[in-house]
Amino acid sequence: MHQDKKRTKGGSLMRGLGAALLMVLPVMVFGQDAAEPAPVPNKGDTAWMIVATLLVIMMAVPGLALFYGGMVRAKNVLSTSMQVFIIFSVGTVLWVVYGYSFAFNGPGEWFGDTSRFLLHGLTADSNAATFTKGVVIPEYVFVVFQATFAAITTALAIGGFAERTKFSAVLIWAVIWFTFSYLPIARMVWYSEGFLFKLGALDYAGGTVVHINAGIAGLVGALIVGKRTGFGTSAMPPHNVPYVMTGASLLWAGWFGFNVGSGLEANNFAGLVFLNTYVCTAMAAVAWSFGEWIFRGKPTMLGAASGAIAGLVAITPSCGVVGPSGAIILGLVVGLVCLWACASLKKMLGYDDSLDVFGVHCVGGIIGALSCAILGHASMGGVGTFESIGTQLGIQATGVGITLVWSGAVTAIAFYLIKFTIGLRPSEDVEREGLDTNEHGERAYDN
Amino acid sequence: MKMITAIIRPWKLDDLQIAVARLGVQGITVTEVTGYGRQRGHAEHYRGSEYQVEFVPKLRVEIVLDDNSAESVVEAITNVCRTGKTGDGKIFLAPVGEAVRIRTRESGAAAA
Repeated sequence: MHQDKKRTKGGSLMRGLGAALLMVLPVMVFGQDAAEPAPVPNKGDTAWMIVATLLVIMMAVPGLALFYGGMVRAKNVLSTSMQVFIIFSVGTVLWVVYGYSFAFNGPGEWFGDTSRFLLHGLTADSNAATFTKGVVIPEYVFVVFQATFAAITTALAIGGFAERTKFSAVLIWAVIWFTFSYLPIARMVWYSEGFLFKLGALDYAGGTVVHINAGIAGLVGALIVGKRTGFGTSAMPPHNVPYVMTGASLLWAGWFGFNVGSGLEANNFAGLVFLNTYVCTAMAAVAWSFGEWIFRGKPTMLGAASGAIAGLVAITPSCGVVGPSGAIILGLVVGLVCLWACASLKKMLGYDDSLDVFGVHCVGGIIGALSCAILGHASMGGVGTFESIGTQLGIQATGVGITLVWSGAVTAIAFYLIKFTIGLRPSEDVEREGLDTNEHGERAYDN
Repeated sequence: MKMITAIIRPWKLDDLQIAVARLGVQGITVTEVTGYGRQRGHAEHYRGSEYQVEFVPKLRVEIVLDDNSAESVVEAITNVCRTGKTGDGKIFLAPVGEAVRIRTRESGAAAA
């Protein structure tokens, strides 16, 4: 009896909501026909963007922290997770203090201004435009969604120089890089006044801004910091592959917030972006592990997880440009090329990119950025609106090139500054014993 | 008295325990150890890098028993732990001078 009552109540609530929606809809339709009053955020869009933001937070912590933490040796798991955790936090604070203002305000093509310092002038009633005319979302929601991107991107790069860099050095690099590389590149690519945006570069959710940007920073960092002590002579296998698998899976799930959320609306197009993100990732996981099976004898869990990440990276810039068949082709290509980059290219060039930030994020990001111009063309089943593959390829390559040089240069300057002031590396004994006990006074496991 | 020290494949322990218990062995001591012999480790692959794992995980089983039972227990361990491939392990047999059961202060074969 009591239960029946409850159900009735729920039912009437549902009907009430439906009626409310029906009442709102005609108003909106009339509203557009009339003298265009200020647009009001749609609750569905707003709800989706809040969820998408949460999903990106989940990608960083615990997703990225576990993914990276499992790949290092047991003596450095806390150091690596801690770097991800704290950089994500620092980046978030900096974003609110000045990041949003520098990236998404003012007239400059490269740098913004300080008019939105500490989000000055924003209120709960402020709205941000989306990609559809007349559709807005609350600006605070846009600010936090973008905050998660800035913060996770900075944390991504630390995989290149993990297991051998002082915590203090990593933090100083993070602040410099966030300010002088992430902010201007995000602005260039995504802000309506940005240089690459005006040029017509396609980057739906951050192939250049996030992955090439962080990937090249990881490589340049790895080169300047130098190899881990014992690299090449002693084994440095991942200490916990199940962590890596769990982290990669959280990244995969969270990435739907990252990519689909980048559309800023819960609409039909979001379905295509979701599908592309899903199928490209799955194909890349299959491609990487089957590639290992064929060329190296055994399909590995680490390989499947790495392939999934490579697929997610590649589809990030192109998820709103390619069609489903393009996404499958992209997944196949990126799974195999990133496997080659991590297994062969790294050995040929001899750098110690501890967690393959370059091999997965930079290489995958470049493939994804360029794929927009090819697989995104209408003749390839894409939904891109550009006419010539060649011209668009040139624009995409310009974006890739600027990001590589810019982020690489900022990273190099930052690391040399640190090297000649407080120093980059702990003593060799500290490094051999592990950063967990020496830098953080903690240990992950009983020995 | 004799002490049997058997280095065996870890997954053979259950079979070993059943086999020696059947012969009347009252207690065994097991330690996780690593090492290498002719098996010389194995290769693991991580993102295309091959690592030679030199030290293979093994179990060291120690059993102290009277001289007469030693031969049949060694035989039983050999039977259950043998696969015929390198890495099956080794059995060492050594004389034991004295044994004491702490609880009862018994000594000699009664304590083993």
